[in-house]
Amino acid sequence: MTLVTALVVLFVALGVFFTFVAAVGMIRLPDVYSRSHAATKADTLGAGFAILAVAVYFGTLGEVIRGAFLLVFIYYTNPTAAHAITRAAYSRGIDVWTTEENRQEESR
Amino acid sequence: MAARERTVTTMSDLANTVMLAAAAIVVVLAAIVLYRVVAGPTTHDRVVAVNVIGTSIVIVLALLSAGLDRPEYLDIAIVYALLNFVLSLVVGRFTYQSDGVKWR
Repeated sequence: MTLVTALVVLFVALGVFFTFVAAVGMIRLPDVYSRSHAATKADTLGAGFAILAVAVYFGTLGEVIRGAFLLVFIYYTNPTAAHAITRAAYSRGIDVWTTEENRQEESR
Repeated sequence: MAARERTVTTMSDLANTVMLAAAAIVVVLAAIVLYRVVAGPTTHDRVVAVNVIGTSIVIVLALLSAGLDRPEYLDIAIVYALLNFVLSLVVGRFTYQSDGVKWR
Protein backbone atom coordinates (compact mmCIF):
# COMPACT_ATOMS: atom_id res chain seq x y z
CA MET A 1 0.00 0.00 0.00
CA THR A 2 1.51 3.26 -1.11
CA LEU A 3 1.13 6.57 0.66
CA VAL A 4 -1.33 7.84 -1.96
CA THR A 5 -3.58 4.81 -1.48
CA ALA A 6 -3.51 5.23 2.30
CA LEU A 7 -4.46 8.91 1.99
CA VAL A 8 -7.26 8.06 -0.45
CA VAL A 9 -8.69 5.40 1.87
CA LEU A 10 -8.48 7.76 4.86
CA PHE A 11 -10.22 10.65 3.09
CA VAL A 12 -12.93 8.41 1.61
CA ALA A 13 -13.62 6.91 5.05
CA LEU A 14 -13.91 10.40 6.58
CA GLY A 15 -16.21 11.54 3.78
CA VAL A 16 -18.52 8.54 4.18
CA PHE A 17 -18.54 9.07 7.96
CA PHE A 18 -19.61 12.71 7.72
CA THR A 19 -22.23 11.88 5.08
CA PHE A 20 -23.57 9.27 7.51
CA VAL A 21 -23.70 11.93 10.25
CA ALA A 22 -25.70 14.18 7.90
CA ALA A 23 -28.15 11.36 7.12
CA VAL A 24 -28.64 10.60 10.83
CA GLY A 25 -29.19 14.30 11.50
CA MET A 26 -31.75 14.56 8.73
CA ILE A 27 -33.74 11.68 10.19
CA ARG A 28 -33.43 12.38 13.92
CA LEU A 29 -33.36 16.16 14.41
CA PRO A 30 -36.66 17.80 15.35
CA ASP A 31 -37.35 20.79 13.03
CA VAL A 32 -36.34 22.49 9.78
CA TYR A 33 -33.70 24.73 11.30
CA SER A 34 -31.74 22.01 13.09
CA ARG A 35 -32.08 19.71 10.06
CA SER A 36 -30.62 22.37 7.83
CA HIS A 37 -27.79 22.65 10.38
CA ALA A 38 -26.99 18.96 9.80
CA ALA A 39 -27.37 19.38 6.03
CA THR A 40 -25.10 22.41 5.91
CA LYS A 41 -22.19 21.41 8.11
CA ALA A 42 -21.88 17.63 8.07
CA ASP A 43 -22.80 17.09 4.44
CA THR A 44 -20.53 19.89 3.21
CA LEU A 45 -17.60 18.46 5.16
CA GLY A 46 -18.32 14.95 3.82
CA ALA A 47 -18.37 16.25 0.24
CA GLY A 48 -15.13 18.12 0.92
CA PHE A 49 -13.34 14.97 2.10
CA ALA A 50 -14.68 12.86 -0.78
CA ILE A 51 -13.60 15.39 -3.42
CA LEU A 52 -10.22 15.74 -1.70
CA ALA A 53 -9.82 11.96 -1.96
CA VAL A 54 -10.65 12.09 -5.68
CA ALA A 55 -8.14 14.91 -6.25
CA VAL A 56 -5.42 12.97 -4.39
CA TYR A 57 -6.27 9.83 -6.38
CA PHE A 58 -5.93 11.44 -9.81
CA GLY A 59 -3.07 13.78 -8.99
CA THR A 60 -3.00 15.28 -12.49
CA LEU A 61 -3.38 19.03 -12.97
CA GLY A 62 -6.73 19.13 -14.76
CA GLU A 63 -8.50 16.87 -12.29
CA VAL A 64 -7.05 18.72 -9.28
CA ILE A 65 -8.23 22.05 -10.70
CA ARG A 66 -11.72 20.66 -11.39
CA GLY A 67 -11.85 19.13 -7.91
CA ALA A 68 -10.79 22.42 -6.31
CA PHE A 69 -13.46 24.26 -8.31
CA LEU A 70 -16.10 21.76 -7.20
CA LEU A 71 -14.91 22.00 -3.59
CA VAL A 72 -14.98 25.80 -3.45
CA PHE A 73 -18.34 25.81 -5.19
CA ILE A 74 -19.94 23.37 -2.74
CA TYR A 75 -18.46 25.25 0.22
CA TYR A 76 -20.07 28.47 -0.99
CA THR A 77 -23.42 27.24 -2.28
CA ASN A 78 -24.51 24.68 0.32
CA PRO A 79 -24.77 27.10 3.29
CA THR A 80 -26.25 29.78 1.02
CA ALA A 81 -29.00 27.44 -0.19
CA ALA A 82 -29.79 26.25 3.35
CA HIS A 83 -29.92 29.84 4.55
CA ALA A 84 -32.36 30.79 1.76
CA ILE A 85 -34.64 27.87 2.60
CA THR A 86 -34.63 28.48 6.37
CA ARG A 87 -35.21 32.21 5.83
CA ALA A 88 -38.28 31.35 3.74
CA ALA A 89 -39.40 28.90 6.44
CA TYR A 90 -39.05 31.54 9.15
CA SER A 91 -40.95 34.07 7.06
CA ARG A 92 -43.77 31.53 6.80
CA GLY A 93 -43.93 31.38 10.58
CA ILE A 94 -42.84 27.77 11.04
CA ASP A 95 -42.26 27.15 14.72
CA VAL A 96 -38.77 26.89 16.15
CA TRP A 97 -38.35 23.75 18.24
CA THR A 98 -37.85 24.48 21.95
CA THR A 99 -37.93 22.51 25.16
CA GLU A 100 -40.89 22.79 27.50
CA GLU A 101 -38.99 24.92 30.04
CA ASN A 102 -37.93 27.46 27.42
CA ARG A 103 -41.50 27.73 26.17
CA GLN A 104 -42.75 28.47 29.66
CA GLU A 105 -40.04 31.07 30.21
CA GLU A 106 -40.89 32.83 26.93
CA SER A 107 -44.60 32.98 27.73
CA ARG A 108 -43.89 34.38 31.16
CA MET B 1 -4.65 8.53 -22.83
CA ALA B 2 -1.20 7.20 -22.16
CA ALA B 3 -1.08 9.10 -18.88
CA ARG B 4 -4.34 7.54 -17.80
CA GLU B 5 -3.14 3.99 -18.54
CA ARG B 6 0.02 4.67 -16.57
CA THR B 7 -2.15 5.84 -13.68
CA VAL B 8 -4.15 2.62 -13.79
CA THR B 9 -1.09 0.39 -13.71
CA THR B 10 0.69 2.24 -10.92
CA MET B 11 -2.38 2.72 -8.73
CA SER B 12 -3.45 -0.30 -6.76
CA ASP B 13 -6.88 -1.82 -7.24
CA LEU B 14 -7.57 -1.19 -3.56
CA ALA B 15 -8.22 2.52 -4.12
CA ASN B 16 -10.69 1.77 -6.94
CA THR B 17 -12.54 -0.80 -4.84
CA VAL B 18 -12.71 1.56 -1.86
CA MET B 19 -14.10 4.34 -4.07
CA LEU B 20 -16.82 2.11 -5.53
CA ALA B 21 -17.80 0.70 -2.11
CA ALA B 22 -17.99 4.21 -0.67
CA ALA B 23 -20.19 5.28 -3.60
CA ALA B 24 -22.54 2.38 -2.84
CA ILE B 25 -22.70 3.36 0.85
CA VAL B 26 -23.46 7.00 -0.03
CA VAL B 27 -26.28 5.84 -2.34
CA VAL B 28 -27.80 3.87 0.57
CA LEU B 29 -27.50 6.95 2.83
CA ALA B 30 -29.27 9.08 0.19
CA ALA B 31 -32.07 6.51 0.11
CA ILE B 32 -32.35 6.84 3.89
CA VAL B 33 -32.59 10.64 3.58
CA LEU B 34 -35.43 10.06 1.08
CA TYR B 35 -37.56 9.23 4.16
CA ARG B 36 -37.43 12.92 5.09
CA VAL B 37 -38.61 13.91 1.61
CA VAL B 38 -41.65 11.65 1.98
CA ALA B 39 -42.45 12.29 5.64
CA GLY B 40 -41.22 15.84 6.22
CA PRO B 41 -44.02 17.90 7.72
CA THR B 42 -43.31 21.11 5.78
CA THR B 43 -42.20 21.95 2.25
CA HIS B 44 -38.93 23.36 3.55
CA ASP B 45 -38.07 20.04 5.23
CA ARG B 46 -38.46 18.36 1.88
CA VAL B 47 -36.34 20.93 0.05
CA VAL B 48 -33.53 20.65 2.62
CA ALA B 49 -33.65 16.85 2.25
CA VAL B 50 -33.56 17.11 -1.56
CA ASN B 51 -30.55 19.41 -1.18
CA VAL B 52 -28.78 16.77 0.93
CA ILE B 53 -29.60 14.10 -1.66
CA GLY B 54 -28.20 16.34 -4.41
CA THR B 55 -24.95 16.80 -2.48
CA SER B 56 -24.81 13.01 -2.01
CA ILE B 57 -25.20 12.55 -5.76
CA VAL B 58 -22.32 14.97 -6.35
CA ILE B 59 -20.22 12.85 -3.94
CA VAL B 60 -21.25 9.66 -5.78
CA LEU B 61 -20.31 11.16 -9.17
CA ALA B 62 -16.91 12.26 -7.87
CA LEU B 63 -16.24 8.83 -6.32
CA LEU B 64 -17.35 7.06 -9.51
CA SER B 65 -15.01 9.23 -11.59
CA ALA B 66 -12.12 7.93 -9.48
CA GLY B 67 -13.39 4.37 -9.09
CA LEU B 68 -13.98 3.84 -12.81
CA ASP B 69 -11.01 6.03 -13.91
CA ARG B 70 -13.23 8.40 -15.85
CA PRO B 71 -12.17 12.00 -15.14
CA GLU B 72 -14.95 13.45 -17.31
CA TYR B 73 -17.51 12.55 -14.63
CA LEU B 74 -16.13 15.45 -12.59
CA ASP B 75 -17.62 17.88 -15.13
CA ILE B 76 -21.02 16.26 -14.67
CA ALA B 77 -20.61 16.62 -10.90
CA ILE B 78 -19.90 20.36 -11.30
CA VAL B 79 -23.01 20.83 -13.46
CA TYR B 80 -25.10 18.87 -10.95
CA ALA B 81 -23.86 21.05 -8.08
CA LEU B 82 -24.86 24.17 -10.04
CA LEU B 83 -28.38 22.85 -10.71
CA ASN B 84 -28.79 21.80 -7.07
CA PHE B 85 -27.94 25.33 -5.91
CA VAL B 86 -30.37 26.91 -8.38
CA LEU B 87 -33.18 24.59 -7.22
CA SER B 88 -32.75 25.56 -3.57
CA LEU B 89 -32.51 29.29 -4.30
CA VAL B 90 -35.62 29.26 -6.50
CA VAL B 91 -37.70 27.38 -3.92
CA GLY B 92 -36.42 29.64 -1.15
CA ARG B 93 -37.32 32.73 -3.18
CA PHE B 94 -40.78 31.57 -4.23
CA THR B 95 -41.90 30.43 -0.79
CA TYR B 96 -40.70 33.62 0.91
CA GLN B 97 -43.42 35.79 2.38
CA SER B 98 -42.26 39.37 2.82
CA ASP B 99 -45.47 40.52 4.50
CA GLY B 100 -46.33 39.16 7.87
CA VAL B 101 -42.70 38.65 8.88
CA LYS B 102 -42.00 39.52 12.46
CA TRP B 103 -38.21 39.62 12.87
CA ARG B 104 -37.53 39.44 16.56
